Amino acid sequence: MNPQVTYKPSEEVDFVIVGSGAAGGVLAKELSTNGFKVVVLEQGRYIEPSEFGHDEIAVMVEHALTNNAHDSPQTFRTAPQDKPIKQLSAIYGRCVGGGTVHFTANFWRFHEIDFIERSRRGAVPGTAFDDWPITYADLEPYYTKVDWEVGVSGLAGASPFDPPRTKPYPLPPLPVKSSGVIFEQAAWKLGWHPFPAPMAILSQPYRGRAACIHCGRCLGFGCEVGAKSSSLAAMVPVAQATGRCEIRTESYAYRVKTNRHGRATGVAYFDKDRRRHFQKARAVILSCNGAETPRLLLLSKSKQFPDGLANSSGIVGKHLMTNGFIGVTAVFEHPLNDYTSAAVSRVVHDFYEIDPKLGFYGGGGMDARFGRTPIGFALSTPPEVPSWGKQYKKWLADSFAYSMTISCHTTSLPVETNSFSLDPDLKDAWGLPALCMTHQDHPDDVKMMKYLQDRALELLAASPAKQVCAQPYHNQTHAVHLLGTCRMGNDPKRSVINADHRTHDVPNLFLCDGSSFVTSGRGQPTMTIEALAFRAADRITAAAKRGEV
Amino acid sequence: MNANEGAGLDRRKFLVAGLRGAGGAWAALNWPAILEAAEHAAHMHASDVPAKLEILTAEQAAEIEAAASRIIPTDETPGAREAGVIYFIDRALGTFAADNLGDYVKGLPVLQAKTQELYPGIARFSQAAPEQQDAVLKALEKEPFFDMIRTATIAGFLADPMRGGNRGEVGWKLIGFDDSPAFNPPFGYYDRDYPGWHPPEEKGN
Repeated sequence: MNPQVTYKPSEEVDFVIVGSGAAGGVLAKELSTNGFKVVVLEQGRYIEPSEFGHDEIAVMVEHALTNNAHDSPQTFRTAPQDKPIKQLSAIYGRCVGGGTVHFTANFWRFHEIDFIERSRRGAVPGTAFDDWPITYADLEPYYTKVDWEVGVSGLAGASPFDPPRTKPYPLPPLPVKSSGVIFEQAAWKLGWHPFPAPMAILSQPYRGRAACIHCGRCLGFGCEVGAKSSSLAAMVPVAQATGRCEIRTESYAYRVKTNRHGRATGVAYFDKDRRRHFQKARAVILSCNGAETPRLLLLSKSKQFPDGLANSSGIVGKHLMTNGFIGVTAVFEHPLNDYTSAAVSRVVHDFYEIDPKLGFYGGGGMDARFGRTPIGFALSTPPEVPSWGKQYKKWLADSFAYSMTISCHTTSLPVETNSFSLDPDLKDAWGLPALCMTHQDHPDDVKMMKYLQDRALELLAASPAKQVCAQPYHNQTHAVHLLGTCRMGNDPKRSVINADHRTHDVPNLFLCDGSSFVTSGRGQPTMTIEALAFRAADRITAAAKRGEV
Repeated sequence: MNANEGAGLDRRKFLVAGLRGAGGAWAALNWPAILEAAEHAAHMHASDVPAKLEILTAEQAAEIEAAASRIIPTDETPGAREAGVIYFIDRALGTFAADNLGDYVKGLPVLQAKTQELYPGIARFSQAAPEQQDAVLKALEKEPFFDMIRTATIAGFLADPMRGGNRGEVGWKLIGFDDSPAFNPPFGYYDRDYPGWHPPEEKGN
């Protein structure tokens, strides 16, 4: 790890931030740069980039970079009345840098419509569909800041559906892949508008970091050369270099403490030897992700806050949105070798907004990728292929290098019963109540997934694909996009934080991560999480300078 | 520490040395070369893996290997047997899949019982003819035990050779996976001669 300042837990720092991922990394960098003393409590280890490998077993089976069911078991149910089953449903990063270390790095901005769609489209029965208290215009400077501070590659103006931007991308797009060429040519035939994918991966050396070497191990793996613009590569070193930020690893926060005035005093946590500590701070920021932020609030209940901290609304953990995700895989005559290079090189946003006459709410984007590692691919035989034996072996030989997938990423509606809560029975390795996920796709979300999957089939019909296999729809029982569970809003009865990420109930407690979202966007949330974090850092800094934190 | 772990460490050391010994821009330009050299060095070590069982008995291993070699059979190209899948499984049962050992111990008698039921006189699955073995596995296809062996076989065939299987990268060679740490465009057939991104109205310019 880089050299850094260290604080005693008994020393009251300005901010304790829980989590070092997309939001926590940005907040740590911004607040320490702005002169504040910051301690970041990170559950996971600091993994040196040189430790990242290409071993599928390490990341997929041993969970080297993510949460695991052994220490942190979870339960799942589709409806609140069901008995939960033991299952790891919410997957998130557990290392310095959080999910940005292992993610695919698709960096789509939200569009203007994402913030005001409730007003444009009207209510959707059975949901808490709402406008954001901020607009795209409020966030645009921060999207631009993300582009330039973390390093995003793309081509401004390439998509006619893109929202306005004040600056171009700092880096040109990554090179096109075979999947991208096939996708682009077919999309143009259909009159659609394919464009080079905006990716948080450096296409050229940038700010002392190396450019992508196209190894192809983005999804699930850490980047050995630091070309993936993770918080680990782009934010944490800057925060540490200020001399004011300590990244305290293997520190598992279990309680935000408050005093009799209802103000937060700091965060209690376990160190790696499971000893308890308490880090004092003038203000607390939770950026644990959309599962663990609400869980930590619920774990922090007290006499004063009997339903959990900052939960006077009763909606902490509710309105979970996971985004819809469905694909179509196709096999071609010649090799694509699409396991190489960044996952995605071309995107279509023609269905970002759909015709209201279709009769359901939704929108989405699609991209061309392969997105699978050898074992993962080999375990997922299509239904018409034998799953072992000679024919299976032939399928392996004939399809791995010759396949691509069109991935469809779609909206999720905020349904109150879709949630993270504390499991009443199951405990984690520290003896704390385990996370319970309740989730059933809203009928409109299912219609949207199928609608976009049909468009993907249409696209492949316009391509030279030899075989096409549509992924069957199942209710989504696993989530990597953990959104909306402590939503932002002006009304304290219907939201947990205000537009400045301050909780309505505790004046010096802020939440910033996927939980802050009001709507789900079209399936690539990290860019927006980081833009929100840059904005939150500005708002919190201004408030602190006014003596209002 | 065994030979493979040693090779892994060598590679890491090599990478760190490469990183620290060079200025940023130079390193960026030369990453592919550095990594290729490092990867080559790692593979040189990985090729001499000791063929030794640590968890399974020779008898258990023979039965599991027989099943694995029907799941990915040997034909014109190497199969699970040549890939050393059994050594991957053995090592897995001593490490990340230790919880599965009991399932293997319980499952193997089921495999033998089904063999004897279908082919009286043949005591062990490994002694049956390949077609007979296929019929036994077919009859057990829906059992969790079969699924476990299938998953382990596939993983052992295609995992990084440092895990004990995929010897000589035979699994990767079969599917056309190149483990090189760096690539340059064009990556495949369809992105050769790509003219660059142009909206349709600009086409032909």
